[in-house]
Parts: sequence; C-alpha cells; structure tokens
Amino acid sequence: MKKSVFLGTLAASALLAGYASSATLDDVKARGELICGVNTGLVGFAAPDANGNWQGFDVAICKAVAAAVLGDASKVKYVPTTGETRFTALASGEIDMLARNTTWTFSRDADLKFTFTGVNYYDGQGFMVKKDLGVSSAKELDGATVCIQTGTTTELNLADFFKVNNMSYQPVAIQTNAEGEQQYLAGACDAYTTDASGLAATRAVFADPENHVILPEIISKEPLGPLVRHGDDQWADINRWVLNALIAAEEFGVTSANVEELSKGTDNPEVNRILGSEGDLGAMIGLDKEWAKRAIAASGNYGEIFAATIGESTPIGLARGLNAQWTQGGLLYTPPFR
Amino acid sequence: MSDLHANAASYVRNEMLPPSDPPAMQTGAIKWLRENLFSGWLNTILTILGFAAIFFLLKEFTPWFLHGVWKANSLGECREIIAATWGEDAHGACWAVIRERWNQFMFGFYPRELYWRPILALLLLMVALAPILFSERSNKLWIAGGVVAALVLWLSVSYGQFLPVGILVVIAAVTALLGSRGAQWPSNLIWFSGLFPGLAFWLLWGGTVWLPVVAMLGFVVGWIAFRFASTVMGAIVGAGAGVVAAFLWWYFVAGPLVDALTQITGRTQPFWLRGVDSDEFGGFVLAFTIGIAGIAISLPMGIILALGRRSDMPLVKGLCVGFIEFIRGVPLITLLFVASLLLNYFLPPGTNFDIILRVIIMVTLFSAAYIAEVIRGGLAALPRGQYEAADALGLDYWKAQRLIIMPQALKISIPGIVSSFIGLFKDTTLVVFVALLDPLKGITDAVRASIEWKGVYWEPYIFVGAIFFIVCFSMSRYSMYLENKLKREHR
Repeated sequence: MKKSVFLGTLAASALLAGYASSATLDDVKARGELICGVNTGLVGFAAPDANGNWQGFDVAICKAVAAAVLGDASKVKYVPTTGETRFTALASGEIDMLARNTTWTFSRDADLKFTFTGVNYYDGQGFMVKKDLGVSSAKELDGATVCIQTGTTTELNLADFFKVNNMSYQPVAIQTNAEGEQQYLAGACDAYTTDASGLAATRAVFADPENHVILPEIISKEPLGPLVRHGDDQWADINRWVLNALIAAEEFGVTSANVEELSKGTDNPEVNRILGSEGDLGAMIGLDKEWAKRAIAASGNYGEIFAATIGESTPIGLARGLNAQWTQGGLLYTPPFR
Repeated sequence: MSDLHANAASYVRNEMLPPSDPPAMQTGAIKWLRENLFSGWLNTILTILGFAAIFFLLKEFTPWFLHGVWKANSLGECREIIAATWGEDAHGACWAVIRERWNQFMFGFYPRELYWRPILALLLLMVALAPILFSERSNKLWIAGGVVAALVLWLSVSYGQFLPVGILVVIAAVTALLGSRGAQWPSNLIWFSGLFPGLAFWLLWGGTVWLPVVAMLGFVVGWIAFRFASTVMGAIVGAGAGVVAAFLWWYFVAGPLVDALTQITGRTQPFWLRGVDSDEFGGFVLAFTIGIAGIAISLPMGIILALGRRSDMPLVKGLCVGFIEFIRGVPLITLLFVASLLLNYFLPPGTNFDIILRVIIMVTLFSAAYIAEVIRGGLAALPRGQYEAADALGLDYWKAQRLIIMPQALKISIPGIVSSFIGLFKDTTLVVFVALLDPLKGITDAVRASIEWKGVYWEPYIFVGAIFFIVCFSMSRYSMYLENKLKREHR
C-alpha cells in the first residue's frame, strides 16, 4: 500500500504537490499542531530567546492562526527557513504557512503558485550612511560604494534606482545582514541598503547610532505578508481573515485585555460579528464562532503586536508610518466582516 | 705510560687543553636565530616582516581579548561596562553572548530538562570508543574511565535521573564478568561499542527503547542466518541469506514486535523516554550527531566500496565506480539540497522521513566515496607479493582481506582517512543551508536575531571555531599516535 502510494507520487511528482495540500485545515487539526515557516532570525520579526521560544512580529501571526484553528497559540512548530528553502518548504507541504517577511510580488503569486493572504508589514528599501559623509538625500549618492545583499530584490531595486536617477555606484556584495553591518562599520562601503525596518534595527544596536543617518528616500515597495500554497482556498481564507481580524480589532478598539468582555456583546454589530456573539462567520471558513476572539487573545490586536515587537517602545523603534490604520493615514484597511 | 710523558720533550704539551667555549656567534640562542631566522638577506627580510605582522595583530587583538566582558545581558551593556572600565574609546570582546546563550550553542532547542541525555550519550560514546581506539591498558585510560564514571554519577545526581547510573552499573557488571573470563581491558568493553549506536539513538531521540532494541536484533537475526546458511550452502549464499533474513525481520517482524513490547511495558521510565523531534536538535549536539554517525558508517562503507572498485566482477566494479565517481562529482551542498527539498516532492504526502536522518545518509555517502578512494590508494600501495602470499597460504578472499591485506592497507591510509573524517566533521556546518541549526551559522544567526545580541559578530565565530579546532586537532593527534604505534619498519 505504502509502496504504491510512493510509486504513484514518484510518477506524478510535481503535479501532485498541490494535491497533497487540498485540505490543510484537516491536516493541521489532525496533527494538533500548526507548522509555520519563519525566518532563521530577523530582529523583531522572528527570533528565539535564550529558552528557545520564538518571538516576533511574524511569529505573532503564526500564533494567531494557531489560536484560531487549534484553540491554543502555543501549538505551533516553527520551522526556520532561509531565503533559498522557504518557497520549496511551502510548496512541498513541509510547512502549512510561511510568515517570513516575504515580499508580495507578481511572480511569486502567479509563477511560484502561492497565495499571499494579506500584508502584515509595508516595508521599503532605504539607505543608511555615516553622518560625516554629509549626505542628506539618496540622490546625492552618485559614485558611492553601496553594501548590498546578493540575490535579493533589494539588489535589483538598487540598480533600478541608480539607473533612473542617472547615477553610478559601486556595489559591495555581502551575504548576510550581520556581514553587511561589519562591512559598513569597517568603512568598506559609504552606504548600506536594505529594508527600512532592517536599517532601523541595525542602527539601533550600533555603539554610536547618532553618527549614522537613515536617508529619507524609500526606493521600493516591499509589502511583506504571510502566504500559503495555491489550491486550498479555505486555508488561504482562514489565514487572510485571521490577519484581517487582528487589523480590524485595532480599528474597533478590541484588545487582548478587553476581548473577553467585548465578546459578551457590544453595541457595534461588526465587533459582535468578529467576536462571534452575532451571526456565525466562523462556520463559513470551517471554524467555530470564537475563532477571531482566540486569535486576538493570543498576542493582542495588530497594534499591540506591533508595539510589543517592533514599535517605538522597543529598541528597534519603528514608527507606524504606512502601517497605521487607514483612519490614521496608513494603509491598513480591512474589508468588512459581513 | 706515564714514563713516556715524563720523558717527553718540554715543548710537548703533556695534557689536553680544556675545550674552550665556541664563539658567541655559534652557540645558544644566537646560533639558533642566525640559522633559523637570519640565515640570508631574504630570510632576514621575511623574519622582520613576519614579526611586524605578528606585532600588529597582537597590538590590535590583545586589548580586545583583555577587555572582554563575561557578565552582561546585552551587547549594549557590554559596551557600557567596557567604556566604564577601560575608557570611552576602548574596544572589547563581548563574551557574555557565549555565556548567556551557551545552552543554545551546545544543544540548540533541545528541551532544557533533558540535557542529561545528549551529555550521557557523549560520555558513553567515550566508553564505546575506548576499546576501538586503544588496545593496550594504560594508567591514562583508567584515569579517563574514572573521570567519565564520575561525570555520569554527577549527571544522575544533578538531573535526578537513575538511568545514567543504571547504565553505568550494567556496563561495569558485564565488563567485570567478561574480565573474569579472561577478556582484557579495555577490549572487554567491545560489546558495549556494538550496542552504542542503538543506545545513542534512544537517548537522543527518545521514545520506546524497543525500537532500537528490535532494530539491532535484526543484525543478530541476519548473523544467525548467515552462520547457518553458510555452513550449508557456502559463504556467498550465506551472506545473501543473512541480508534477506535481516530485511525480512525489519519489514515484517520489527513493527508489530515493537508495538507489542511497547504495549506491555507502557510508558514507564526505563523503557520509555520523552520523544524529542529532530527540529529541536541544534548546535553542537547536531554537529556531533551527524559527524559521529557519518564517521562511524562511512568507514566500513568506504572499505566495501574500495574493495568493490578493485573487484574482478564487472557488475560490482561498475556499480562501485559509478557510485564513487558520481558522489565525488557533485558538491555536498547539492546532495543536501536533494535530501531536504527534492525528496519532499517524491515522497508520499504525510511521510515523515526524518531530516537529520536524510542529512546523515547524504553526508555518509559523500564521505564514503572519498574514503573509498583513500583506501584504494592504500590497497594499491601494497606490493603484489602480499596478495600472492595470502593466496599461497590458502586463504579465501575475505580471510585474506581481513588478515593480510586490510591491516596493511588501512595502516597506510590512516592520514588520509583521518583527514576525510576531519573534513566530514567540519562539513556538518553546511547543514545550515537546509535550515538545520548548525553551531557556526544557524545558531549564531538565531542568537544575533534577538535585539540584545544584534551586532555581535566575531565572538560566536571565535568560540565555535575554537571548539571545532579542539575536536579536529584531537582527531589529528590520535592519528599520529596510531601511526607511531603501528610503525613496523625501521624500528
């Protein structure tokens, strides 16, 4: 029996990769554990602490999904993935979802056959330079040497930006963020470029952050979000609406502190629908009524997660910026829960 | 005789002059310096340049090492302490990251309360290696044995487990029994070396003890079938029967038997240990697991492949040549990617083919191909006369290999084999590319991803590098010891 399954899979190898995942929700429930692909380590977004517990902005998304689906935010197995292994791990079914600060692009969506379930962080590529370089705008970087991680979209963005502005630059190839910091501090390059969130985190831990400036220009759009495989719309819906619930919860003032109380019923019918005291939205995605309540209770609403992991009160100190609610001039705007 | 001196002419000196000291330039440190460092203008220049380089390196690094901070909770705190004690511009190492994350470097995400299991596995590994690595009894060996026993006791006490002491008592009892029947220390431990792979697997991964027990019984079944069949039908058929019997055992008997035995014993302590998933492995536990398993399996596999390549049977030879050339022709990273990513597409959905097992298989195959070529070099170095002598004694193929050819060929190949092993051990860091947390980059990156330790760069590398150096240097020293011990010519 096992052998015939094996041979069958061998014969139809890649075609069947999608079939394997047709009912991810059932698989996760049967397993009693959500397998979530995360970064091997990115400050603020995903990192294990000294006891091996994963924490961070992306990790909180995994926890919320696990809480919604399994009722327990701790039932997550974190699989650290590298830039090379992340997509194969997801496509092959090794992980149920990927929350690894992955940029939503056309080809990843269409060609690699993934479904991005939303955007949890709007990032963009920026530059950091030493203050004594006397540069106040990225447009003044003509002829500069730039430290750049190879094989990333940032490398392509950099080339585009300098081409559009008719400037020249000297790339200094680096492999990892840590190496980039070393090269930049050692003076191997005038400017260091990566996602603005990464630059902020990097600058925050310098011995002399006051001597380094992050230039105001953001030269690319990097909408980072969680993603799942094509071919299982129910699972994609669950992921999408868990994220939306976290964002909506902030909009409507539902926090991890008051979610229990609000779930008994409020004046706002939309809040009631989200928290399950009115209607039965959960049944439409194969979950129970209280799915969103548990997701919010796991690590708080979007604003709470942001503040706890990467916000201005943390050493990373990112401002909300584009990641504020639409009512606050940001881009976070969830479709209605109806 | 004294007459002769007395009668000698007065201008003839009648006693030896005391030897005068050699000229100052030809003695002591000056001579050594002149001969070794300043023997010509080229060497003089090189010496001066070399000393200048060492001086500048030390000038840079010594303060950095001396200013090192061991007690701090973050990189920022380290910097504050260094600035406070050594002045604003001082640089210093922040070793606190090693202290704070020591457990992660050593064990990865292995559950903290179960640390005694990998430590016990490592201690027992030393016991299992003793009869393999050393054949003569010596005081040093006794001392080492005492230290290991004391550490096992300490492990039992500090983790409140009786299993380590239990295993120690069993080892001591069986060894003493064998000793009373005439077996020599340390070779009376060899039975334990045979059991160790199963024991280590059980200690590291946990679960039911019957799985490794029943799996290892497969070898016993195969051996019995071989002995039985070979007396009736000859060695080749016997070997085939042994392999078939072992596989039949593993496929049909092992599964139900393990389940049944587990049912009987339940989840009680001596028969059951809490399971640990492969993705909880990391750091040096992972490096040692992969490295030691790879080394242990690849040596016999390499020997078989080397013999196969020199075989007269075209099929065997072709297979061995194909295997060796294919494996040596692709980079290890390719094999690792195949193991971790490509295999997922081919295996049936839901199959859980352990990732560490996959990596061990690939690393072993890779290393075996290289060791096969090293041993083939040793075989080729033997004079033809040795083969002919073996034939003349009437030994069959396997006896000739075992008694005459291999002992000599392996002795010749020791440096090459050990350098393959060292390479294999260092290559275990490559598993970072298949998202396993190796100590050098996987754990280091994970540690650096916490805001407290972001920006720490050299300290983890230096620390991990130092441990790798200790292990690899020990292997290298052992190989030199073995070479000296086995030296037969020009004694």
